[in-house]
Amino acid sequence: MFKKFSLLLLVLVATPIQADIRIFACEPEWAELARALGGEQIYTATTNQQDPHHIQARPSLIAKARRADLLICTGAELEIGWLPLLLRKSGNPKIQAGQPGYFMATDYVILLDKPTQLDRSQGDVHSSGNPHVHLDPERMLQVAENLSKTLIQIDPSNQSTYQAKLESFSQEWQAMMQRLDKQIFTGKSMVVYHNSWLYLQQWLGLKQSATLEPKPGIPPTSSHLSRVLATLQQSPANMIVYAKYQDGKAAKWLTQKTNIPIVALDFSPATEESLIHWFERTVNQIAAILK
Amino acid sequence: MRNRLLMAGVSLALSYPTFADDIGSLKQQLDNLKQDYEQRVQTLENRLKKAEDTTQSKPINNQAENSFNPAISLILDGRYTSFSNDPDGYKLPGFMLDGEAGLGEEGFSLGHTELAASANIDDKFYGKATLAIHEHDGSTEVELEEAFIQTIGLGNGINVKAGRFFSAMGYLNEQHEHAWDFADAPLIYRGLFGNQLRDDGLQISYLAPTDTFLQFGVEALKGSSSEIGAWTAFANIGGDIGVEHSWLLGLSHWQADDIERTSGGHSHGDEHEEHEEHDEENHEDHEEHEEEHHMEAEHDEHHMGTPSFSGENKIIALDFVYKWAPNGNPKYRNFKFQFEYFKRTEDGTLTLLDSDPLEATSYDGDQSGWYAQAVYQFIPQWRTGLRYDQLNSGNSGFDVELLEEAGLSGEDHTPRRYSLMLEWLPSEFSRIRLQFNRDESYTDTDNQVFLQYTYSLGSHGSHQF
Repeated sequence: MFKKFSLLLLVLVATPIQADIRIFACEPEWAELARALGGEQIYTATTNQQDPHHIQARPSLIAKARRADLLICTGAELEIGWLPLLLRKSGNPKIQAGQPGYFMATDYVILLDKPTQLDRSQGDVHSSGNPHVHLDPERMLQVAENLSKTLIQIDPSNQSTYQAKLESFSQEWQAMMQRLDKQIFTGKSMVVYHNSWLYLQQWLGLKQSATLEPKPGIPPTSSHLSRVLATLQQSPANMIVYAKYQDGKAAKWLTQKTNIPIVALDFSPATEESLIHWFERTVNQIAAILK
Repeated sequence: MRNRLLMAGVSLALSYPTFADDIGSLKQQLDNLKQDYEQRVQTLENRLKKAEDTTQSKPINNQAENSFNPAISLILDGRYTSFSNDPDGYKLPGFMLDGEAGLGEEGFSLGHTELAASANIDDKFYGKATLAIHEHDGSTEVELEEAFIQTIGLGNGINVKAGRFFSAMGYLNEQHEHAWDFADAPLIYRGLFGNQLRDDGLQISYLAPTDTFLQFGVEALKGSSSEIGAWTAFANIGGDIGVEHSWLLGLSHWQADDIERTSGGHSHGDEHEEHEEHDEENHEDHEEHEEEHHMEAEHDEHHMGTPSFSGENKIIALDFVYKWAPNGNPKYRNFKFQFEYFKRTEDGTLTLLDSDPLEATSYDGDQSGWYAQAVYQFIPQWRTGLRYDQLNSGNSGFDVELLEEAGLSGEDHTPRRYSLMLEWLPSEFSRIRLQFNRDESYTDTDNQVFLQYTYSLGSHGSHQF
């Protein structure tokens, strides 16, 4: 039995298959960023209808991780419930922590909201800070530059392509940032479901007046909602925002009580939607409410 | 009056040029200032760019699965149980119960308190150890539940695990008790493995480079031999159907050419009528016989001996799991269906240890069983589930009476169990469960109620599919 197995092992080691690099992206934003930067064979583990905190280490994901040359995820414990298991089960050395093929976007930017106190009575807090950096266009540029370097490191033969792609992406991205009129957001406030929009709020100058979750990861309770309602009756917010993968019930209830406009946003690009298109669309959706 | 106004107008007109001069110089100054700042910003930007260029290839942050090394987690499990029958009288006709396979204590009790430490040891190995602390007959026992090392990223989809671990037989076997959907193990797990099959050994698995999940593996286990006492081979196939459905199918085989299994002692029925007849001759030296039945159990064990099997043992298992979540987002609503079938055939000798004279018989075991369960999370934080268990046995041996004493005679009874549970999960780390069983393991139907809490402290574990 052992002999047969070691023989099998030998055969497999001896015949490496060289192909274009295969990319495993944990969330659609990283898939789209990789595509914009020259990646071609990209598998996206989640859709924008799914909460990346709560994905299961499904057999299909393990099978995809097995063959990946590059893993692109958010990091900062966002995928802690499933990614470690995928990595261990994959038997794939290229995407293990510390390898070039292990790319965690939050490793390359400074994170906000790093908790000073780690206590689960505060909910499911991320010890390294708020991981949802893809909503900050400045940070996205930093991530893009680093991801481009990683792509070159893994696939040096296509260096010039990756560099050209980065150049054009950066230009388009910066043009998009210029195009967006941030003035109308200044000083406006929003009620959110989960503290998912922190980076976008920072960039646009929006304020967050309340979260519908009493603690991160804990679904809204009626007592907490009534407190939020009382706060809003004192000082109303400009809008109530939730991601489409989040439960909209609490937000809708609050809208009925307060008449504050509500908007459900795509937390990540839709299938086959470019990163720039998604980001601009999202910001414009918020702007439309404020107009 | 008029003259004064005129004069003021003239003086204003005269002074105007100097006013204009002032503005001009201010403008000049501002321009200088602007140029100066622009220059400074430019140099700063250049410096920043330089700094970024030299550092960019290195991550700013560095995060791992755990902020501590290693990741420590503690599982707290407590329960209140109520049985309509006496739990000490529990038996599973046709199956020899071993280990912790009984019903557990009635009233308040602690389940397994699990303390686990795990970490990547280096770039090649991952290690984990779990200590299970539990009460057994009034004393606290510490058990090394698992202690293994596992390769990470060995390459080509190959994983090697060594040490003590839960065998990859079946589906539920690899999961820790706290990850189960019901408070107790399926009957077939109780009957065959004393709840869970784990052993010391080596596991090698291979994940095929296919889009569909395809995994093969073998295990060499200690069994009850000084060399390799048992083997398992397993194969799993799984995948997704669209975004919302996923499935996993497994087939596994366990084999031991020479295994020894001894009943743990909870098992064989002390209130068994056949026993009473056998017991007659021992009556005189046990006056307290009738007083308490657990005394009787001790008495039975002592004099009737503990059944022990040795011989060849084969198990095949088939498992299937299907999961559904709307849009593939299981956080709010999800559904899980799980089915497992096991069949064990044995060929060897059955001995009553400590019996005098030593009683033994040839034995041909044929035991099988299955369970099916469905769990539905209907709203956030709430889950409900149904489970049905059924066992069959057709054991035969030369000495039928001995088989009966060992609890291996099926008694023309098909053990069945119906379970219903409701869970409240305040957060990812806590769970409170209410479970009701209608247990027809033996002829007297037992109604069982469990109220159980399970809490997980420490590092955020990731659970298997």
